[in-house]
Amino acid sequence: MNEAVYAVFGIPFLSALLLALIPSYRLTALGNVLASGLTFAAGLSFLTLPPVTETYVILDDLNKFFIILNTLVGFTTSLFSRSYIGHEIATGHLTPLFVRFYHAMFQGMMGAMNLALLANNIGLMWVGLEFATLMTVIMVGIYRTPAALEAAWKYFILGIVGISLAFFGTILVYLAGQGVLGEGEAAMTWSELIKIAPQLDAPLLNIAFIFLLVGYGTKVGLAPLHAWLPDAHAEGPTPISAVLSGLLLNVALFALLRFKMLIAANPNALAPGPILITMGLVSLIFAAFMLYQRQDIKRLFAYSSIEHMGLITFAFGLGGPLLNFAALLHMVMHSLTKSAIFFAVGHVTQAKGTQELSAIRGLSVSNPVLAFALAAGVIAISGLPPFGAFMSEFLIITATFAREPLLALAVAFGLLIALGALLMRLQDILFGEPTTPNHPVSAASAPIFVHLSLILIAGMFLPPAIVVWFRRAAEMLG
Amino acid sequence: MTNAYDVAHFLAGMMLVCSFTLLYQDRILAVLNTFAVQAIMLSLAVAWQGYVRNAPDLFITAAMAFGLKGIIIPVALNRMVEKLGIKRGVDQVVNVGVAMFLGLGLTSLALLLVLKVTPGAASFTREGLALALAIILLGLLQMILRRNAVTQIVGFMSIENGLILAATGARGMPLVVEVSVAFSVLIALFVFAVFLFRIRERFDSVDVESLDKVRAARAHR
Repeated sequence: MNEAVYAVFGIPFLSALLLALIPSYRLTALGNVLASGLTFAAGLSFLTLPPVTETYVILDDLNKFFIILNTLVGFTTSLFSRSYIGHEIATGHLTPLFVRFYHAMFQGMMGAMNLALLANNIGLMWVGLEFATLMTVIMVGIYRTPAALEAAWKYFILGIVGISLAFFGTILVYLAGQGVLGEGEAAMTWSELIKIAPQLDAPLLNIAFIFLLVGYGTKVGLAPLHAWLPDAHAEGPTPISAVLSGLLLNVALFALLRFKMLIAANPNALAPGPILITMGLVSLIFAAFMLYQRQDIKRLFAYSSIEHMGLITFAFGLGGPLLNFAALLHMVMHSLTKSAIFFAVGHVTQAKGTQELSAIRGLSVSNPVLAFALAAGVIAISGLPPFGAFMSEFLIITATFAREPLLALAVAFGLLIALGALLMRLQDILFGEPTTPNHPVSAASAPIFVHLSLILIAGMFLPPAIVVWFRRAAEMLG
Repeated sequence: MTNAYDVAHFLAGMMLVCSFTLLYQDRILAVLNTFAVQAIMLSLAVAWQGYVRNAPDLFITAAMAFGLKGIIIPVALNRMVEKLGIKRGVDQVVNVGVAMFLGLGLTSLALLLVLKVTPGAASFTREGLALALAIILLGLLQMILRRNAVTQIVGFMSIENGLILAATGARGMPLVVEVSVAFSVLIALFVFAVFLFRIRERFDSVDVESLDKVRAARAHR
C-alpha cells in the first residue's frame, strides 16, 4: 500500500497540470476541491500504513502527522477558496483572466509541500519548499495592486535569499555525509544520515546548521527574518494567507527540525537548542508588542502567526519529550485555529469591503455567524480555554517552568501581552455601531466550524491513540 | 592531477571575476553579457569536472547551464529589456570603490570560513566550495546594492550559478537534485517575468524605488 505515499504529492501535481488546461473558473474551482479531497483521503490512509523508508520518500511518525494536517487544511481551504474567489469575481475585484491559473498553482503548492514533508532526500526536500514558495509568490501578487506587487516582490527577494542559503547548507550537510557514507545518493538520504550522525564532521555540520537556520528560518518567519510575512499575508488573497500561516510555515519549521535532529545526534556539534530558544523568544515577544499597532486585520493575524511560530520554535529549542510533545500539539492547534480565523477574516473583509480594522465594527449585529466564528477563533488563538491551544500553551509554560523558571516567565509575559492585544481588537470588531457598507456574502461556514470543533474537541479530550502517537513523534525529536 | 586542479581553479576564479564585474557594471546590456559569460564559465567548469572525474552525468548539468543560462535566459532578458524600453543606465546605491571593498571583504570571509571548517575534505572540494560561497555572497550583495528589478534578478541568477558550482564541486551529488534545481530556476525566471511585466504595467518603471514608496506609505499599518 505504498502507493498512498506517492499519491499524496502525485494527485496534486497531476491535477495542477489538468487544471491548468481548463479555462472555466467554476470547473477548476470544483476540480480543486475534488483533488484536495482525494489528497486528504490519501493522507488519511497513512493512519494504517507502517513506516516506509525508500530512496526518495520516508514516512515516519513525525511526518505522518504533518501530512495529515497538511492535506486536511488543504482540503478545507479549497472549500473556502471556492466561495471566496467566487465572491471576488462576482464583485469584480478579480477577473477570471487573473485567476486562470490560480487553482493549478494551488494544487502545485500543495503537492510541493507534501513532497517536502515526505522527502527522504534533503535535496528533494529543498526543491519542494522552493517550488511551494514560488507558487505562493505569484498568488500573493494576484491582485496586481501596487501594494500587492510590492509585497510579492519583497517576498520573492527575501524568499530567494533564504532558500539559496538553505541550499548551500544542504550541500554542506551532503559534504559531511560524504565523509562517512562515500559519494552518491546515500549521503543525501536523511534516513542514512541520521544513522551515522555521531560520526559526521562536527565543524562542517555547525556551519551547515547556521546556513539552514537562516535559510529555512526566513521561511518560518522568525523575528529578524520575518519582514516578508505580514505583507504577504495582507496583500494576497485570504485563502493563501490561510495556507501560508497554517501550512507553509509549518513545513519550513519541519525542514529545520529534520536538521536539528541531525545536529543534536552529533555530540561534538554545537547545541542547536539555545539558538532556537533565543530566536523563538525574540519572535514571540516582538510580535506580541507589534500586535498593538496594527491597523489592518490580516496584518494583525500575520503578526500573531509570527508570535506562535516563535513559541513553537522556543519549545522545540528547549527540547525534551514533554516540550516536544507540547510544541507538536501547538503546531496542530495553531494551524487549525489560524486557518479558521483567516477563513472568517476573508468573509469579514468581503462583507465590509475593507481590511482596515477601524472600518470593521459591530460585526455581532451585522454578521452574527461570522462574528461568532471570529470570536471563537480569536479566543482559541489567544490560548484561552476550552480550546486546544490553551492546553498546548499551558503544557509549554508548565514544562518550561519546571526546567527554566525565568524563561517560562518571559514566555508567559509574551503570551499575556498578545492576549491583551487580541482581545482588545476583538472587542472593537464585534461591538459598537455597525459600519457600512455591508455587502452580502454567502460565507462557506463549514470549513470554519470543522476547524473550530476539532480544536474544541482537542481542548477537552485528546484520544489516547493520538497522545501515544504524538509521544512517539516527540521522542524522535529528542 | 595538478593540471586538473589548475584548470578547475581557473574556471571557478573566472566566475568570481564575473561576479565582481556584475557588482560595478552600470549598463543593463553589459550586465546581461557578463552574466552570460559567468554561466558559460560555469558550464565549462562543470564539464571539466565531468571529464576529470569520469562522471558523464555532469555533462548533462553542463549542457543545461550552457543552454539555459548561457544563451536562452540572457537572450530572453535582453528582448524583455528592449520590449519594455527600460532605460539603459543602471543607478548604483553606493559607489564602485565601496562595492569592490565590500565584495573583497565577503570573498575573504568565504575563503576563511570554508577553508577553516573543511580540513578533512578533498582539496579541490574545499577550494571550489570557498569560491562558490564567495560567488553566492557577491550575488546577495548585488541584490542589495542594485535598485533595478532586472539587475536584482541577475544577482539571483548568479547566486544560482554559485550554488550549482558548489553542488558539482561536492562529488557525486545525485543528478535528480541538479535537474530539479535547474527546473526551479526556470520557474523562478518565469515568476520574475510575470512580475516584471506587472510592475512595469503599474509603475511605468522597473526601478524598485517605486516599490519603496508603496512600502513607506504603509510603514505603520
